[in-house]
Formats: sequence, C-alpha cells, structure tokens
Amino acid sequence: MKYIDEFRDGALAQQLAARLAAEAEPRREYRFMEFCGGHTHAISRYGVADLLPANVRMIHGPGCPVCVLPIGRVDLAIRLALEHGVTLCTYGDTLRVPASDQLSLLKAKARGADIRMVYSAADALKLAQAQPERQLVFLAIGFETTTPPTALVVREAARLGLTNFSVLCCHVLTPPAIRHILDAAGDEAQATAAIDGFVGPAHVSIVIGSDPYARFAAAYRKPVVIAGFEPLDVLQAILMLVRQINDGRAEVENEFTRAVTPAGNLHAQALMDEVFALRESFEWRGLGELPLSALRLSDRYAAFDAERRFALQYTPVADHKLCECGAILRGIKRPQDCRIFGTVCTPESPVGSCMVSSEGACAAHYTYGRFRDAGARAA
Amino acid sequence: MSAPEPYVRPLDFKRGRVDLNHGAGGRAAAQLIRELFAAAFDNEWLRQGDDGARLPLPAGECVMATDAHVVTPLFFPGGDIGCLAVHGTVNDVAVMGARPLYLAASFILEEGYPLAELRRIVASMARAAREAGVAIVTGDTKVVEQGKGDGVFITTTGVGVIAPGAPRPAGHRARPGDRIYVSGCIGDHGVAILSTRESLGFETAVQSDTAALHGLVAELLAAVPQTAVLRDPTRGGLATTLNEIAAQSGVGMRLREADIPLRPQVAAACELLGLDPLYVANEGKLVAICPAEHGARLLAALRAHPLGADAACIGEVVADEHGFVEMETRFGGRRVVDWLSGEQLPRIC
Repeated sequence: MKYIDEFRDGALAQQLAARLAAEAEPRREYRFMEFCGGHTHAISRYGVADLLPANVRMIHGPGCPVCVLPIGRVDLAIRLALEHGVTLCTYGDTLRVPASDQLSLLKAKARGADIRMVYSAADALKLAQAQPERQLVFLAIGFETTTPPTALVVREAARLGLTNFSVLCCHVLTPPAIRHILDAAGDEAQATAAIDGFVGPAHVSIVIGSDPYARFAAAYRKPVVIAGFEPLDVLQAILMLVRQINDGRAEVENEFTRAVTPAGNLHAQALMDEVFALRESFEWRGLGELPLSALRLSDRYAAFDAERRFALQYTPVADHKLCECGAILRGIKRPQDCRIFGTVCTPESPVGSCMVSSEGACAAHYTYGRFRDAGARAA
Repeated sequence: MSAPEPYVRPLDFKRGRVDLNHGAGGRAAAQLIRELFAAAFDNEWLRQGDDGARLPLPAGECVMATDAHVVTPLFFPGGDIGCLAVHGTVNDVAVMGARPLYLAASFILEEGYPLAELRRIVASMARAAREAGVAIVTGDTKVVEQGKGDGVFITTTGVGVIAPGAPRPAGHRARPGDRIYVSGCIGDHGVAILSTRESLGFETAVQSDTAALHGLVAELLAAVPQTAVLRDPTRGGLATTLNEIAAQSGVGMRLREADIPLRPQVAAACELLGLDPLYVANEGKLVAICPAEHGARLLAALRAHPLGADAACIGEVVADEHGFVEMETRFGGRRVVDWLSGEQLPRIC
C-alpha cells in the first residue's frame, strides 16, 4: 500500500531504534505520554515498545474516545433506544462500552432496541431520510477528529428541515484533557504520573493545528511532538522528544508535517464554532468533571439536540469498585497493575472502558502485549 | 395399472415466491422438493424418497461435520450461499483427512423469498457438490414467516471416510519445532462480503475464495503423510484458527508478519475499515502444520495445486505454557495474536 508501507518499514525502524539507543542517556528516565488511542494502538500492534531502550517508557493517555465516555452517557443512549424507541446510530467500538445494569448498546440491541453501527455520521443522516416515520439519534462521540463530520450532518439536517434526526453530542476536546493531566501532576491530592513529554495527537492536530499545544509546552515546561499514527511516526517522535529533553528544550515540534499545519483546518474549526457550543462542564470517565472540556449543539441548532428533544437528564454513574480505568487513564497505573485485568475484565466481558476499544490501554495490552507479563523468555 | 398422475401446475420460477405452504409438509412442499431440490441434486439415494438415506461406506473411519450458513448478502463476489454451504462442510470433513462422500442439507426459507433466486442458489449448490464429488442425499425444508429469517439459511452435514492406515491430522498434534503453513492469501472472503454491504459503498476487485479443498488435502496428505494438523481458517480468520490449535496442542506459536500472504486490495480494504486481516474470514484456505524436516515437501505439494499457488511458511510452533500465538511484526517488534473477541468492530479514528 503506497503511503502506508513506507511508514511501517522495518529497516528504517531499526535505524531509528539504534539512534534512540545511542542518544537516550542511560542515567535518565524518559517517561512520555502518548495522548491518543491511535498511538496506543500503533505502539501495541507493531510492537514499538520492543524497539525502545529500557529507560524510555510510554504511558498511555486518555485519548481514546470510547474509553473516556462515562457510563451515564451510554445509559442515556440506551434509554433513548429502549424507552423512547428511537433508532440509535453510533460508531463500532461504542457498541461494547459497559453501561449500567450489565447493559451495553450491543446488549440493548439484543433486547430489541434498534441500534445500528455506522461508519460515518453521513450514513446516520441517510438512514434518517430513508425512514422518515422514525426518530433517529446519532450518538456522536470522539475528539476534534470526528466533530467536524457531525457538524456537517447537523447543518445538512437543518438545510433539509429533517424533523426526525437529532444528535446525542458527547464530543470532547483535547486541550482541556491535557491541561487536566498536567495540572493534576502538580497537585498532590490527584496523583498523576510524572510525565516528561507528550507524543501529540495526529488526526486531532490536523483539525486544531499545532499552535494550541504551545501554551502547555511553555507553561508546564513539557515538550510536545505531534506525530502521525504509523509506527515510524511514533518512533521518530520519541526520538525527537528524547532530544528535546537532552537539550533542555520544551517546544512544540511537528513530526506529522505531511498533514498538520500550525493553524490547522480553519474551515473545520469555523464549522465547529457554528454548530457547537462549549459545555460548562462534562464528565470524563476516569478524569471526572472537567470544565469547558466538551461540546453541545449551539443554540442555533438546538432543535437537533437529542438531550433537549427527549428531555434527557444526565445522571453520573460510578465505575466498578475494582476498576482502575481512572488511574490508568491518568497514567498512574498500568493495565497489568489492575487486580481484575485479564481475569474478571477481558475484551469479552469488559468491566472498564479501557478494555473495550483496541485503542484503550487495557485492551491494547491484553490483545497485543500481555506475553510480556509472563516474564522474560527466550526470544 | 395405477391411475395417471393428475396434472400439477409447475412452480413459477419466474415470479413465484416461497410461501408458508412450502414448509408445511403437504403437496406444496412435495412439489418444491420434486421440482427444485430433487431435480437439481438428483442421485440414487435421494430418488428413494425416504426419510433418511441408507448409504454404502467404504472401509475406514467415518467422519462427520456440520455447518450452518447465514451469510449476508446471499450472493457475493466469487460465490453465493449455495456453493458456500457445500464448500464449508466438505472442507471440514476434508481437513480431518477424510474423503468427503455425502451431504445432508437443511433449508430455512423466509416467506416471500423469490423462487428464481432460490433456484440459483440450489443450482450453485448442485454444481459445487458435483465438483467436490459429494452427493446431497437427504434434506429438509422449513419456511418461517416474513421478517423471521434472512432469505435463506442453509445447514449442511457432511460424511466422509478416512481410509485404513491413512494419515489423521488433528488439532492436538502440533509439536514445538513444527512449521506452520497457509495455502494462500488470507482475508479474501471476508473482504468480498464486506465490500457488498450497502453502508460501505466501496467496490473492491476482491472475490471470495470459497472453494472445496478436498483435492488439495488429498494431494497434500499423499505427499506428506506426516502432516500433523490441517484446518480451514474460516470465521475468526487465521488468528482464531491458530489459537485453537495452540490451545488443543498445548503449545505456542511464532509467526512472521512479513511472510503471511495478503493481497494488496485486502490489506487496503482492512486498513480503511480498521480491521485486522488476521481475523477476517476465509472459505478456501488451509492451515497445515508438519515437522520441520517435511516442510519443504509440504510447501511444494501445496504450491503444486492451483488452490495453493500462493502458499507460504508463516512461522513455527514453540513450547509455551501460556499458549500464546506471537508475531514478529514487519516493523521489527513483537505482539500477541490473540483470539478474536466478539465481532471485529471497526475503530473510529
């Protein structure tokens, strides 16, 4: 595959690994958080960790949209489908997120709810047009990557005057989450992993640009390297982070220059500003209530807001007592540190959301990396 | 002298549809069987018209396998549910080391399904059975109300025989040091099916690999009777099949990603959909495992057959109490190739 295989080249990877081994100073520990689930997935699926020196450790961040979706939000969606009888559309992984009463969207579907997996927001809109007699709700999740497509379909639904289409908006924003992790790191009460630098988001940065990270880098003295989702991108970004640390720099650098610009996609940003407004506060799974960290539909498009149309009341629901997703999403625990990892909580019956998507830290480690826990064995 | 058969208006294969009478066991059912199934599958055992079939079996051990087919859409690039229902069961019998001989077929039809399409499916089934050298000797038809089925479901059960003294490959026989082979490119069937689903709307040139593997298996076992394990990696893909074998044999496996044959179109489609081709279904591929010293002969036997032209050695069996199937990635790292959990759902970003 052109433009893909080049970024997965094993020989180049070995060269980068050799550079990393040469440049990482043995007396230092390097702890980098990859914010995005896409990076977590790439690191696990391609075995990137095997190419890192022992003193360079990756901490998986909260940037998996499925993982930070709180139980209460999934409950709302399930209630819409089961009690209000709507057709509920959402992206694939979301179907498995555990909710209250041992339910998930997939299990609600088995109870007769009309729940459909779609590949794009546009497919949901098309379905709404095809069945005008039924209310259809699109459960919109994701960071700034999936937000512009939702904005587009809302605007299109308004243009068409559709009365049977609405959006349950759970879109969240990347910068507030990074700020939270950095703030918590300086706050004794909220233990967060010590982090020396960030591998910055790929697709999110295409939309928001690299500029928004400059403030973190300067204010918190943490280097950020924006990286693409291919394994060579990640390896290159880690090398760039090591160099910044070694030089005492804390800058925003862009490894993903083939797609990310300083200002980002202005058209997409304008579209988001038009269709969405900031929520005062939003609950993130694992991180809790974060102010100004998520979006709702703007007043202009309020008619398409499922929360208003169906008068939904959000009720927060506590995570399972033993689930460590919160600590894992903040980077203070690793999946294998959780008592129920791989026993009670598996990809077949996830207890916490980090076990749901292959971008989640727990599922990625379970699916791709758990042989490492079995102890060092002959290669 | 018996009275002449009264005139019966033949089934309308142009505009007719399946109705509830066709499954009721009365005249309509008898007519459907006579004019459609018996006409297409015709053989001496079916012709006897009894509730079951009395079958001659050559000497040896009898093998039996069954498989239910519920594919959507019913017609897909490279095949349809009819030939798939034959290949699926023939292959399950063949990989046991048996020569497939007979099939039983049971149909669950949805009220309203067009008879014209049903006839196409049955014709495809008959052709596949003929090509595989098996006779469809008994069957059953039920009709469910509209909305309670998905057009056509077909369950087939196969019977075959392992000749005395012939090799008996089995899932528990993989040993550390053995080599692992796959008979060709993986993921073709799953991608062919996905490419037709309406919500995807992209077209690939990928055809389902659905095929009967009994010929390939027979030649393979003749060339390398030491073959320890044979299996067809269908639902759940190559990854699931290898995990099953690892668990049955109490061993681990080491695969090399770079050696696993994969069409660029399949790789690209999986990339787009966020799927891992290791978990995508095949319907005409074999996994074969044999001791290292017979590996070269096994690979040559696979490649000598048209269905094994792209065969490759993809890794080896290792001792591992945890039963992990691991893979050296193209990138130079290592990862687990785990069981498929649930259905493979696309990732979102």
